[in-house]
Amino acid sequence: MTNAKISPFVAIARSIGAEVAGVHATAVDRDARFPSESIKALKEHRMLSAYVPKSLGGGGATLGELVLACEALSQHCTSTAMIFAMHQIQVISILRHASDSPWFLEYIRDLVANQNLIASVTSEVGVGGEMRSSVCGLQWEGQSFKLIKHATTISYGAQADDLLVTSRCTPDGPASDQVLSLVRKADYTLEQQGVWDTMGMRGTCSPPFKLTATGKKDQVISTPFAAIASETMVPVSHLLWAGCWLGIAGAAVNKARAFVRMQGRARPGSIPPTALRLAEVASELHMLRASVDSVLREYEYLIAAEGGSADELSSMPYALKINNLKVAGSRKLPEIVSQALLICGIMGYKNDSKFSMSRHLRDAHSGALMVGNDRILATNSSMLLVLKDE
Amino acid sequence: MIDGQIRQILKEHARLAIDLAALDDAADLYQAGMTSHASVNVMLALEGNFDVEFPDRMLKRKVFESVDSIRQALSELMAN
Repeated sequence: MTNAKISPFVAIARSIGAEVAGVHATAVDRDARFPSESIKALKEHRMLSAYVPKSLGGGGATLGELVLACEALSQHCTSTAMIFAMHQIQVISILRHASDSPWFLEYIRDLVANQNLIASVTSEVGVGGEMRSSVCGLQWEGQSFKLIKHATTISYGAQADDLLVTSRCTPDGPASDQVLSLVRKADYTLEQQGVWDTMGMRGTCSPPFKLTATGKKDQVISTPFAAIASETMVPVSHLLWAGCWLGIAGAAVNKARAFVRMQGRARPGSIPPTALRLAEVASELHMLRASVDSVLREYEYLIAAEGGSADELSSMPYALKINNLKVAGSRKLPEIVSQALLICGIMGYKNDSKFSMSRHLRDAHSGALMVGNDRILATNSSMLLVLKDE
Repeated sequence: MIDGQIRQILKEHARLAIDLAALDDAADLYQAGMTSHASVNVMLALEGNFDVEFPDRMLKRKVFESVDSIRQALSELMAN
């Protein structure tokens, strides 16, 4: 990688990470406030349309570049990185499943011009955390709909410009027959129903909300949500989240490396005992990175392939693989940060130390809970009843 | 006859939101409310009933989306 040309998107993410996100990360975490400075900087650098093809005025970034950009931001402020990741998931879902629609093409042009931040409204009271099931449905009157949704969490809901919302096609339709609709800020209201005061990921500002929205038929993506979820939303989410996790792990291991080097310099000629632990945790991080890379390469290959890829992406063997990335990565992450904490010892435990692991460790624990690993493992265990060979 | 057995299995395991009898052979079962979880139970019951194993390449949404597509997959397996 050292000789490879650094992507401009990754370079921008690195500089915003170091110069903006990192500067405010402690305050964002302490006050559980939106990282407005870094999102403003991302908008100014047109990073919210990074993935939009150049032909539509965007940056033309690849998914791999976005994964690296998430990692770069997350090294400094994981809340910023996660907001960036969640926004990109919405943009990619629209581009891959609605770019044949004139309304959505116009929306994409608006997004490029105004750098609209899109939040996702997939959670709902009463579905037990199951994204592929909705209680609410679009209430139709001619070509217009009204939607009321009680969301258990909307990340940066209050700060978003637009929302992408799952619901049933109609109020009486089956819970699993869902569609995805984009609603514009002028056409919805959000009533906050609780607070967001969590262990980590505090800057994502993700409290529960009651959403009341209106829209036109054109704003409903015609592809069923089932296909959008399996072909795009789930794999892209797991990959971009994994980018954020690599950033946390990298930041923690970098601190541990600096700490061990400091010990090494204090007594040249003797290897500090922490160096062995560092060697261990460095190999764990390497494994995590390798698993993200391999899943990313396969996904990019599949979406680049002409025809047939949708079929492959919606297959069980692929779902198992993409779920394994999420479960294994989010399990490994807190282990890596904990190891880094042990290496730094009391200096990692102190909040006022440059080796502090507190925010990294608290943020790291969100990975296994944000879409619970047990839910994903339950899905995998059910698929393994019919899947045959490795 | 095979259609009758497929429909019986769907009736027991697909947990559709609407009456199966009202659906024609080409109707989309997922749109009729079959969840991914229910579809696994349908696959297991089909494998047990017809004494076949769906190879991994067949374990995709398209293969189980209608009575027609299930019949086609079973015919292919039973011909071998």
